[in-house]
Amino acid sequence: MLLSANNYDVIVIGAGHNGLTNAAFLAKAGLHVLVVEKNSYTGGATASRELYDGWKYSNSSYVCSLFRPEIYNALDLGRHGLKVIPLTSSMTFKQDGDYFGSYHNPNVRRRELMRHSMRDADAAIRFDADIMRWCKLIRNFLLRTPPDPGSFRPRDAFEFAYLMKKFHELSESKIYEFIRFFTMSIAEYLENYFENETILAHYSGGSIIGTGLGVYSPGTAYVALHHAMGDVDGNIGAWGFARGGMGAVSGALASALQAHGGEIRTDAEVAKILVSGNRTTGVRLTSGEELSAKIVVSNLDAKRTFTQIMDESDLPPKLVERARNFKIRGSSGKLNIALDGMPTFSSLPKGSPLTLGHMHFTDTLTRLEKAYDDWKDDRWSTDPYCDVLIPSQYDPSLAPPGKHMMTVFVQYCPVAPEGGWSDDKRDQFGQTVIDQIADYSPDFKNLILHAEIRTPRELEAEIGLTEGNIFQGELTFDQLLFNRPFPGYAQYRGPVRNMYMCGSSTHPGGGVMGAPGANAAREILRDLKKPDTTPAAFSDD
Amino acid sequence: MNIGHEHFRRALQHTPFHDRIAALSATEDWTGWNGYKVARVVDKLSTEYFAVRSGCAVMDLTPMEKYRITGNGAREYLDRLVTRNISKLRPGRVTYVIWCNDEGKVIDDGTLFQLGEYDYRLCAQHHQLDWLLMSATGFDVHIETETHDVAALAVQGPTSCSVLTAAGFDKLDQLKPFGIVDLQCKGIPVTVSRTGFTGDLGYELWVKPEDALNLWDAVFDVRGLYDIHAMGLDALEMVRIEAGFIMPGFDFNTAESTIRNGHDRSPFEVGLGWVVNLDKGHFTGRKALLAENSRPARRRLTKIVIDGNKPVREAFLYDRKNGEQVGEVKCATWSPVLKANLALADIDCVNGKLPPKLWARLDYQRELKWHTAWAECHVQSKPFYNPEHRSATPPPRF
Repeated sequence: MLLSANNYDVIVIGAGHNGLTNAAFLAKAGLHVLVVEKNSYTGGATASRELYDGWKYSNSSYVCSLFRPEIYNALDLGRHGLKVIPLTSSMTFKQDGDYFGSYHNPNVRRRELMRHSMRDADAAIRFDADIMRWCKLIRNFLLRTPPDPGSFRPRDAFEFAYLMKKFHELSESKIYEFIRFFTMSIAEYLENYFENETILAHYSGGSIIGTGLGVYSPGTAYVALHHAMGDVDGNIGAWGFARGGMGAVSGALASALQAHGGEIRTDAEVAKILVSGNRTTGVRLTSGEELSAKIVVSNLDAKRTFTQIMDESDLPPKLVERARNFKIRGSSGKLNIALDGMPTFSSLPKGSPLTLGHMHFTDTLTRLEKAYDDWKDDRWSTDPYCDVLIPSQYDPSLAPPGKHMMTVFVQYCPVAPEGGWSDDKRDQFGQTVIDQIADYSPDFKNLILHAEIRTPRELEAEIGLTEGNIFQGELTFDQLLFNRPFPGYAQYRGPVRNMYMCGSSTHPGGGVMGAPGANAAREILRDLKKPDTTPAAFSDD
Repeated sequence: MNIGHEHFRRALQHTPFHDRIAALSATEDWTGWNGYKVARVVDKLSTEYFAVRSGCAVMDLTPMEKYRITGNGAREYLDRLVTRNISKLRPGRVTYVIWCNDEGKVIDDGTLFQLGEYDYRLCAQHHQLDWLLMSATGFDVHIETETHDVAALAVQGPTSCSVLTAAGFDKLDQLKPFGIVDLQCKGIPVTVSRTGFTGDLGYELWVKPEDALNLWDAVFDVRGLYDIHAMGLDALEMVRIEAGFIMPGFDFNTAESTIRNGHDRSPFEVGLGWVVNLDKGHFTGRKALLAENSRPARRRLTKIVIDGNKPVREAFLYDRKNGEQVGEVKCATWSPVLKANLALADIDCVNGKLPPKLWARLDYQRELKWHTAWAECHVQSKPFYNPEHRSATPPPRF
């Protein structure tokens, strides 16, 4: 047995953004921290890689909104090179040659709504106010450890009281509405506001991203909120591009970690978390090397953590059962495309600013639901919902001058089609997506120089996300707040002593927030009786 | 309204009067109002202000939201919508109304024009189509937005009647306050109402957008006889505060766009109890307002005069110098006719009553240096400025 000379205070497994966030706050507190990463590059799902000479892809996650500004500020990520540029428009192409654009300018946005429905233009004000109200409520809890509602410990009681207090700051009628909101489907929720088919489809799309749910599935309304609760410099709901791609987020975090004395080892895959006498002692790498540490933090998803890198005999049987049944369904694919120039879109007038933001091609709720039907039958959607962005329009570091990089998020893509994935099937899936875009952009296909096509198979194999689920577990209420990942384990502590979880499987979930990593660091520092280096939430009021 | 695909190229659209106002604009001081480009100041603020108070000022009102409400059930519908008893409203008359949500919080205010037996126009401060249609369930009523299909021009000031008469509007001097009449001016059909937001004598002219420029020219043609000035929003802000008119969305948060609990306001809290008729029968928000009416007032949007001459923008109010904070100024202006600082302030009540003393803490700059001054405030119940000629029929001739 090889034994490393190094004896770490903490080993964090996985150099994704949450692992790095967690490690950085622990290193900032003076702990001797090592992050081990199976890949040769850091970042996990927030990586940017050059797979085609001169083009940089954000291979997995592609836009940034939910990343907590408090973490950005506390780890000084701006000085470590991070810049998030807001992008504030989105659009949906219609099959009849028209389109709906949600423009960055509020006057133009309103007029565009009026172009489709006078009533919806006015209803949008009520919709915005309601969504903003729920965002304000939810944001209170992002950088806090969820209380255990069954516990009588003073801290749990206090946190639970805080939660209820914030909840009761809503008026009585809004409390009812909020509970309804949490249990509704996005389609039904939006029908309380809008009548226009395209507008309904446009605002529904964000609710199915990353989920094994359809627009008519209960619980999807919350996913809309999960995507809307971020902001860029106070523009609530706005998304942004990290300059240099999402790898800039993990790059800045890694730089901050190293500035605080933390270490990162790539090409170091963990085979097992070592446990002795119900206490972690370190990790064993697939190379056979063992590294010892007082504390082990897993940034892997809960299912992978407890069913693959821990011995079931070290774990409570009920937890193993929970982990096996953890809802973590792969449903998304991704294309990253190097383009020889800027594609034109037939229905957009020349100079339209709408290419600068999110572009979608699914203009009815029926088409969205049918895309989901395909997935339920283990097929990729023949008419998928795509979230298309061309960030090289803003960011000169992604492609050579005049050339462009397109990122395409695709919903839905099955974990395994009938007979399993093959490279050929993967390329057929990619072709389906390319064909859809080409329906609206005649020169698109001719501009393609290279495409990286990722199905759940590639996402799982490369990043280690079980089934390729981008959130490390569905964002449904049975797996949120004090139920995330499992009841009784929502406070980042694992079932054996000195073992913690810091990934998106924990509260508040996925979306490149960094909040799980920071929250887990706070709990670890509390257990070690070290001063807290993690930030408190900024307050809006 | 026909909106093309290219509308994004101009974030703020031009009103039908825009060409004429742009030609007069020396300041190029524009702002947005409901998606239109409108003047803050056309030429000189004091000139525009005194045109309202001494001569005649003309202002483009087209961006104001206008809804046409028609149908056999229109009266019933409106009676249910608004808090005021409108049973005395007749064709050819206008009344001021507000409407509330179920919680009795003010959604907006506006002027309700009865144009025919089953034909109404509701002018509102904010976008209301969603609420108006939601409220229409069960009523035989048709509602549509006509904001962009009707051009509106305010002609305000002591000489406004004489100006319009000279421009070709016949028998205008017989029109009473809040009256409406259909007239012709040089062949242009114009609906004229004796209404306005200035607290002075004044009229509002309603025409088809294609007639807008001809109407403008007809009015400005009498410039040789009378001094007439185009006016921007800044002067309007001064005169509306002098008149004691409130603006939902500026002086208080409108109910349906409120995010924070308690940041919306009831009619009683904004001094609009006088347009709430709890005994008129059921209307939206009545139950909540009945309950509120039986409790002591919690706060009140109040007209105050602030002593001294220090400029007032945002300011906190206190119960004494350096005392407890009891309120805040929502809007304020220096009144050139009254030589006084006027303001509307949101003030907390104690046992239903305003504090006996009020002091404002004013932070102001002199040559870029900040100073603080304390000024005593005096509550006013009447409009700050309300000249007799405003409501005289016929108005004084010039």
